[in-house]
Amino acid sequence: MDAMVRELSYAQAIQEAMAIAMDMDERVFLMGEDIGVYGGAFQVTGDLVDRYGADRVLDTPISELGGAGVAVGAAVTGMRPIFEFQFSDFATLAMEQIVNQAAKMRFMLGGEVSVPVVMRFPAGSGTGAAAQHSQSLEAWLGHVPGLKVIQPATPYDAKGMLLAAVADPDPVMIFEHKLLYKAKGPVPEGYYTVPIGKADIRREGRDLTIVATSIMVQKALDAAATLEAEGIDVEVVDLRTIRPMDKQTVIDSVKKTSRMMCVYEAVKTLGIGAEVSAMIAESEAFDYLDAPIVRLGGAETPIPYNPELEKATVPQVPDIISAARDLVKGVR
Amino acid sequence: MAGASKAVADSRANLPFVYRQYSAEQLKEVLYKMYLIRRFEEGAEESYMRGLIHGTMHLSIGQEASAMGICMPLTEDDQITSTHRGHGHCIAKGAEVKRMFAEFFGKTTGYCKGRGGSMHIADVGKGNLGANGIVGGGIPIAVGAALSSKMMKTGKVVVSFFGDGANNEGAFHEALNMAAVWKLPVIFVCENNGYGMSTSTARSTAVKNIADRASAYSMPGVIVNGNIFSEVAEASHKAVERARAGEGPTLIESKTYRHRGHSKSDRNRYRTKEEIEDWMSNRDPITLFENELREFGFIDDKGIESIRDAVAKEIADGIEFAKASPSPDVRDTANYVYTEQA
Repeated sequence: MDAMVRELSYAQAIQEAMAIAMDMDERVFLMGEDIGVYGGAFQVTGDLVDRYGADRVLDTPISELGGAGVAVGAAVTGMRPIFEFQFSDFATLAMEQIVNQAAKMRFMLGGEVSVPVVMRFPAGSGTGAAAQHSQSLEAWLGHVPGLKVIQPATPYDAKGMLLAAVADPDPVMIFEHKLLYKAKGPVPEGYYTVPIGKADIRREGRDLTIVATSIMVQKALDAAATLEAEGIDVEVVDLRTIRPMDKQTVIDSVKKTSRMMCVYEAVKTLGIGAEVSAMIAESEAFDYLDAPIVRLGGAETPIPYNPELEKATVPQVPDIISAARDLVKGVR
Repeated sequence: MAGASKAVADSRANLPFVYRQYSAEQLKEVLYKMYLIRRFEEGAEESYMRGLIHGTMHLSIGQEASAMGICMPLTEDDQITSTHRGHGHCIAKGAEVKRMFAEFFGKTTGYCKGRGGSMHIADVGKGNLGANGIVGGGIPIAVGAALSSKMMKTGKVVVSFFGDGANNEGAFHEALNMAAVWKLPVIFVCENNGYGMSTSTARSTAVKNIADRASAYSMPGVIVNGNIFSEVAEASHKAVERARAGEGPTLIESKTYRHRGHSKSDRNRYRTKEEIEDWMSNRDPITLFENELREFGFIDDKGIESIRDAVAKEIADGIEFAKASPSPDVRDTANYVYTEQA
């Protein structure tokens, strides 16, 4: 029997996933700054504290490094913590525990432990929060063997991938774009998982592959709708996981369309687009390319406060349309 | 732990704590392990000099009473996090030296299958969650382990060892604060050997004693002479009791000294020969403990000799075991990055 499907926001889908995880497994608990009565800076935990109590929806002091370390220690000793960073930018305060401890502990100890910790990072620009609350740092963590790094783009995936992350024995870092929290989409009731490490083809097309992450998936789909009217048939690949990356789905898509563009919000240089492009250049898909690869990424600046400037620092739908047009028509 | 009988206890009423608390056999076992730590590190150092061990290592020679005293009241289920200077903690918590040597030799029979080496030596089965290459890195992890203990009601106590250098890391302060706010069963043990690498505590630390930091986090701060086994063990007993009773954390500052340099690169230009000589000759923790055991009639010279011989044999056997063990296959380098799933 199919589960009842409702329209939920991305934030509601995450909240539902956390509630299901806590119902299913008493080892699961939430920790983070102001996630209790406040409900989290983005109201993702909401009223969960009323249902699960302050011990399982644990407010931490403003101590990102210590808090991350506590989550790692709890994970290694039998619990299943889900640690919320208030903003992904604050991962910079906790890099030691994420990069040196969580990612490496199993390896350094010769497989004697696993570190089943989930860390959630509200990420991205568009809220007027300026340079220290708007970054997209997923590629930083994607560079670290031992971590898994995911970027769900829809409410359905946000729930299913969070439940997959909780079930995963290794540290999973979830980057949630803040502008997606209110986006609505169909979400089945009950338990289901969306696998980590699998990309998804959001739209099939013949002329061009757009590999997009997070909020750029919807922007790419919006651009594709416009381009369709011009006779350009775009395939949109939602990467979903940046480590471990689903290379084959991207390779197969590029072999089919012979053109590739990567669209991501993080700073363009040394980012996920560089990795995807190099991966294609090293693969059998390279011989199928009819045009140079194009990357659309964030500007080489911090995120500015002024809303017009802020918008200009990350790819927008018209930018994708224009770049896709040029790419397909060979204007480069 | 089974202690001395009532009659024996009465006869020891005026002796220091451990001599009232433990049987002669248990105390001899402590001496054995203090020697085991000392000889293990000497053996590791010699193997390093001979090129059998690569990398570097941080020796705790001179700090054996601290490791043994703190671990004395712990059960096998209790847990510790350790430091880059963690060989003594590992042995004190129950590790086998042969598997430690094997790890230092990079062999598959080592505790970390040759992936960790000296700086990440661990023995999870005996509750040692691992040494750590990052100063202060293990402190919040210990608090997390203590949170697990409280949430799962396992009754476990967690000890976090760290050095004086770590007391100026943010992780130390964040971790102590959280442990106190949540009243967790964790004991913070600062082994203050006077120097964070070359920088003395006087030059690096704004408080006179690291235990003074405890008042900022509303927990007891206890200073012990880290070279006197009985003093360390007594403080640990009290802290463990407090933790098990749900009364929260304790900070113990164990003042001690490392006879060797910070690591193998140390030219020892920041301390005088006289200072080192004084600690080695007049305050060696093994000598002090041995003297007490002898004075209080727990052991005689022959007993000490037989302990030394037995330790020497265990060390020699351990090194042979390590030498004879297989090296990991290069094709397995990527093992253990992630958990293998069916």
